[in-house]
Amino acid sequence: MTDSPAADSDKGDIERALTTVFREESGRIVGALTRLCGDLDLAEECAQDAFASALENWRAEGLPPRPGAWLMVVARNRAFDRLRRGTTERTKLEHFLMLSENSGPQPGGGEIDDDQLRLVFTCCHLALATEAQIALTLRTVLGLTTAEIAHALLTSEPTMAQRLVRAKAKIKHSLIPFEVPDHARFSGRLAAVLHVVYLLFNEGYGAAGGALYLRAELCGEAIRLARLLAGLVPDEPELSGLLALLLLQHARRTTRVDAQGALVPLANQDRSRWDHALIDEGAHLVETALRQGHAGPYQLQAAIAACHATAGSMADTDWREILGLYDVLLAMTPSPVIALNRTVALAEVDGPKVALARLDALEASGQLAGYHLLRPPCRNASPIGPWRAGGRILCARAAPGRHGRRARIFDTEIVRVDRRLRSVLALTQTQGD
Amino acid sequence: MKYLFLICVNDATNRPVQGLDVGAATDAWFNEMNERKKRLVGERLRPREEATTVSVIDGKLTLSDGPFAETKDFIGGFDLIECKDLDEAIEIAAKHPVAQFGAIEIRPIWVWNA
Repeated sequence: MTDSPAADSDKGDIERALTTVFREESGRIVGALTRLCGDLDLAEECAQDAFASALENWRAEGLPPRPGAWLMVVARNRAFDRLRRGTTERTKLEHFLMLSENSGPQPGGGEIDDDQLRLVFTCCHLALATEAQIALTLRTVLGLTTAEIAHALLTSEPTMAQRLVRAKAKIKHSLIPFEVPDHARFSGRLAAVLHVVYLLFNEGYGAAGGALYLRAELCGEAIRLARLLAGLVPDEPELSGLLALLLLQHARRTTRVDAQGALVPLANQDRSRWDHALIDEGAHLVETALRQGHAGPYQLQAAIAACHATAGSMADTDWREILGLYDVLLAMTPSPVIALNRTVALAEVDGPKVALARLDALEASGQLAGYHLLRPPCRNASPIGPWRAGGRILCARAAPGRHGRRARIFDTEIVRVDRRLRSVLALTQTQGD
Repeated sequence: MKYLFLICVNDATNRPVQGLDVGAATDAWFNEMNERKKRLVGERLRPREEATTVSVIDGKLTLSDGPFAETKDFIGGFDLIECKDLDEAIEIAAKHPVAQFGAIEIRPIWVWNA
């Protein structure tokens, strides 16, 4: 009688432990097997099979002493069986045996880490659609289930399954290589990987709490991926910058949204509830990265986020420093969103009149015009134009489909700009009266 | 691995690129890829107005004057490339002069038993 609930809770514990182990080990296992079989699809299926066997075995016999190694061995044996049974897999089997003799996969070994990195570069190959890159990375590198990915990316499980099948078929039939790009192509390809991490984080960051818990969990997954990459590719300042940026944003996660799910402006957030361990880590990371002397957009955004996160209040914020960082960032990556954000800092440093004049100039220069989400509703709407555009983006965000998706990327920036511009405009209006 | 390169051009967007002699640049590309033993075969095609499209519907031969797809994009030529993987194919396609004003569509050749 008393056995049954205890057994149930043990079962639950095993399932939770397995999910954790699988998420941690998936990239290693799929990476190593892809190298051995030369087939990512097969590698992933074998990793899934190992997961299923583990569920059965571990329930009966409890957790093995080295769960990751257990999964790796089972997955590898499964791959061997599949290749041996296949009638058309002769060359792949020979390849598998040859590589297995030379370098058997050992969890924690150097080669395995390279395999994980190869896997990341394959999943984030630019010949795949961005949505496919994100889904594949979540599936193979981070070990999420198709159902979890579908839920997190607001699509149905069959649609997500189809997307994954198509992406894997393209990798297989187009022969997208399973390798770390050579020196000449490395930084370009790494930038694509960082972009995927960034989008993944924003997918989660755009979501409020409560029912959208799984989407918010994407932020944690993006950070896990960034940490994994930082371990695999040390001394890449933009990678450190990106990780720092994510940590600094994530540190504010509990204060960004109120109980009703509405976004809380920076000025009204309870700073004592920010995660100061994450802020310290993020600030330290970006400082170290910037000292290498190769500033890039992620480092600069992280530095701006650090200025906000380490300030005691809005008034204590070093707006001059923030403005300077925006100047460099804007010169590096001219973007209307950054230009808009910069005017917020400008309002704090030089006053709202200067900031509004800058907004007018921005609009007159046509820099905002080519950007459909920021297009003012009518020609003579300046300077209200960009402000209303901010509102339009919020509307686009609420609407499903492509625009919502794209708009979410800019969500946090725009919300901040929108709030600040509201107060700036309110201030000017009272001053004008 | 074999890939078919479809050399795509478009009526609406084609514009000459300053300083690019397409004929000479294409010859240079042919020579390089032949020397590197990447190009198995390839030809430039006559204009699509000269295409004849054949289909057999319910056993009845139907011919039409003109290309299969009536779009502004058309295939101006093709190359069959043999190289290591998609990354190398992309590198070879990016060097094709038409990539500067048109596009190169890379189509992997169907491999049986793969």
